[in-house]
Order: sequence, then structure tokens, then C-alpha cells
Amino acid sequence: MSIQQISLSGRKMQVSNKEMSFLERIYVWTILKGLWTTLKHLFKRKVTIKYPEEVREMSKVARLQHMLMRDDQGRERCTACGLCALSCPAEAITMKAAERKPEEKNLYREEKYAEIYEINMLRCIFCGLCEEACPKEAIYLTTSKKIVASGYKRESFIYGKDKLVMPLDMAIKNTQSNTIQ
Amino acid sequence: MDSVFIIEKSIIIVAVFALTMLMAMYSTWAERKVAAFLQDRVGPNRAGWGGLLQPLADGAKLFTKEEFFPNTPNKFLFILGPAIAMSTALITSAVIPWGDQIEVFGRKVALQATDIDVSILYIFGVLSIGVYGIMIGAWASNNKYSLMSAVRASSQMISYEVAMGLAMISILMMSGSLSLKDITVMQANDGWNIFYQPLAFLIFLICSFAETNRTPFDLAECESELIGGYHTEYSSMKMGFYLFAEYANMFISSTILAVVFLGGYHFPGMAWVNENWGINIGALLGFLTLFAKICFFIFFYMWVRWTIPRFRYDQLMHLGWKILIPLAVINIIITGIVMVLFN
Repeated sequence: MSIQQISLSGRKMQVSNKEMSFLERIYVWTILKGLWTTLKHLFKRKVTIKYPEEVREMSKVARLQHMLMRDDQGRERCTACGLCALSCPAEAITMKAAERKPEEKNLYREEKYAEIYEINMLRCIFCGLCEEACPKEAIYLTTSKKIVASGYKRESFIYGKDKLVMPLDMAIKNTQSNTIQ
Repeated sequence: MDSVFIIEKSIIIVAVFALTMLMAMYSTWAERKVAAFLQDRVGPNRAGWGGLLQPLADGAKLFTKEEFFPNTPNKFLFILGPAIAMSTALITSAVIPWGDQIEVFGRKVALQATDIDVSILYIFGVLSIGVYGIMIGAWASNNKYSLMSAVRASSQMISYEVAMGLAMISILMMSGSLSLKDITVMQANDGWNIFYQPLAFLIFLICSFAETNRTPFDLAECESELIGGYHTEYSSMKMGFYLFAEYANMFISSTILAVVFLGGYHFPGMAWVNENWGINIGALLGFLTLFAKICFFIFFYMWVRWTIPRFRYDQLMHLGWKILIPLAVINIIITGIVMVLFN
């Protein structure tokens, strides 16, 4: 075997221009063979996933839908340092920082917090670099398997703090399990 | 002519018309379903169970679409095109024998709109008018692609009609009659024509693909080259008529194939059923048999569509003039010799 004929996929075929035999030239037999091939496909398992009713199974390690974490006392961890926005290759994250007031000590862990924190889900590629960049362990991609819901307006894909911050009941559950330990 | 006769014929005509329309409608659904299944997809499945309401949805869509007129000098011809295509597709079914006689209130009723003794000539004549629908519509479209398509369609029709007619002649030599009813009866007595005339069957089958403008001979539509060909400029129900006419034609040519070569409504043991269960049940079973044969041919049309790619124009002409016509002539000669030797 010469070097030109070796293929990595093992599927390389040598093209030949050999003359067709009589059987091939009258076509009828070859057409019947083709019909047999297509007929076999009629009974093959269909690969289509009927989406709204069936959902493609996701990998066990799939990470989607970000969450802004709270600490064990239920305070938001994010300090609006902007490292996640900086690291984001899709430039999906934007935020606005604000200073914590004295009476808000139970809401935010540090003196600075994110007043607005938005992720544009149309841009996000779920790479997880925000998670890696965060020095406060405030943002995580969750295993919730929640796919971004479809919508008719672009605005509906920009997720604000109302959708991103960890829900309170979840935070309460976390604090309780921490105190038991 | 008594009034009962007129009522009887009107009922048959309306029934045949409804059947043709229904079959054409559901052929569009079947086409998409078969195409999908042959490509490992599932096809339309949103409108109704398994997409069964899809043809209605498509029809509603076509009816409500904007009626677009191109900048054409002759609007009358533009409308006439789809009208001719549709009406010729529908009037062919008049001479098809849908079943043997049935007995209603002691009166024998033949399940056929009319049994004229030149049925086959009539069918060939109407089929040739069918191409005028394409030609006139495409000409009136005032569009280069449509015109190209019209030229292709008409030359294709003319060349394949010759081979089709010649293939039919060998059948006529055996039956000695042009009436489809006689041909069916002859096949019921002596066996189906496909066993005696396989070559004629093959030629006729290939030609009917060309006559109905189906792949591999769909040069007239030819999406990739002519953007839809003769119906490029058509929209809404005029476009729907062209598409509908194609499926109605497919149904009719399947019927002709079934009647001429597969024994029409004849099924093995028909005489026994007629004797023991009565002729009404025999006719019903006969009709169902014919229907099954037609459905097979319609499926075959779709099956071939997803198997063979489109012919090139010169290949088409080569096949028609240099292969099919000589073969049909040879077939006639062989049939003649065999008939002389064995009769």
C-alpha cells in the first residue's frame, strides 16, 4: 500500500473510471439495488427528538443557568468586583456596583455589592470562566439542567438579579443544614 | 335515457371526483411522510394525529395567501394555465373501471363513469392536453425560468408520449380492444398483463414518470436550476392548483398502470367470491384491490423520488428517443410474432 492510499479514517475510497458493465448500463438492476437501500431506511429508527414533548438527555456534568450564591448567613457574596465580566469571552455580563448601607449588613457580605447584575443569555456560551474568575465564590453554573426559555423579545433573555440570585428558601435550607453540622 | 341512469352516473362521477381530490390531498401528506421516513426523519406530525390534518392546513394557507400577479401582458392565460392543468387531471378518471357491477334495488350498476370504446385514446388525448396547462401558464408568467421549464416540459411530454403509446400498442394487440373495461375483463380471464408484457410495463412505467413530471424526470420544476420552473410566478391557490394537479395526475397514472397491467379490480379468486358472497361484496373487494394497487404505485412514485437523482436534459432525450422507442417497437414485433405462432 502506497502512502497516498492510507487514510486516517479508513474510509477513503479510490475513485475509478472503469467502464460500466452491461448490467450496470441498462440501469434497471442498479436502480432496484438503490430502491432496496432506500426501502431499508423506511424501517430504520428515526433519529428525530420531538422537542417539546421529548427532551434530549443531558450529560451528567452539564452546567447551565448561573446562580449568584449567598453565604451561610444568607448574605449575597458578590462584591461587584467585575472580574467575571472581564473574564467573560462572550462579554455577556454587566453590573453596577453600589455601597452597602449600615442597615443592609444582613443582606450583603461586603461593603460593596452589585446593585445591578445582568447576564445576557443570548451571548452566554456557558464556558464557566466567570465561575473560575470569581474571587468570592459568588457565581456558579448550576446543575439545574434549565435551558434558557424561548421568548419573543430580546429583553427577556437578559437575566437580572431577580432570576440569578439564589432563592431565599434555598438559602434558608443551606443555613439550617450548616447549623446542624 | 331514464332519470335513474342520470342519477346513478352523477353519483359515480361525484364519488370519483371526490376520491381523486381526496387522494391528491393525502398524496401531499404521504409524499412528505414518505420522504421523511426514507430520510430517517418523522415528517409532519403537528396538525392532527401523525400530521393527518396537514393537507387541510396547507389548503387553508394557500387559500388565504396573497394573490400575486406578475407584470404580464396576458392575465387571462395566466389564470387559464392552472385551470387547464387541474381540469385535465380530473377528467381522465371518467373512463376508469373502479369495480365490477354492483346490484342496487335489482338494478345492475357498473362502477364506471362511462365505458367508451376508445378509453385509452381518450386518456392519451387528455394527458397531452395536460401539458398545455404548464405551457400556457409558464408562457404567461413572462419569466425566463418559467419559459425554459415550459420548453422542457413540452418536449419531454412529446418524446415520452411516443414511447408510451408504442408500449400500449402491444397491450392492445393482445386485448383487441381500446376499452379499459375490456382490458380488465381480459386480464381477469387470462392473467395479468404484467406477466405477459413485462417490457411494455417497464416502458410504460418509465414514461408515466415522465408524463407526471416526477423525479427522475422533473426537469420542468427542477428547483435547483429553474427555481420551481413553470410555477415560479404563481402564488396562493393558482400555485396550489398546479401542485394539486401534479398529485391528481400521479393518482390517475397509478390507476392506469394498475388497470392496464395489474388487472385493475381483479384479484385471485374473484369469480369464487362473486358466486358465493354475492357480486356486491365481490365489487367492494375488487375496488379495495384496485385501491391497494393504486396506493402501491403512488408509494412507488415517492419511493423512486428519493432514490434516483434527476436526469440531465440530454440524457432524458437519449433515453426517450434512442432507448425506449426502439425497445417499444421491438416489443411490438415480438408480441406480433408470438401471437402469430401460438394462436
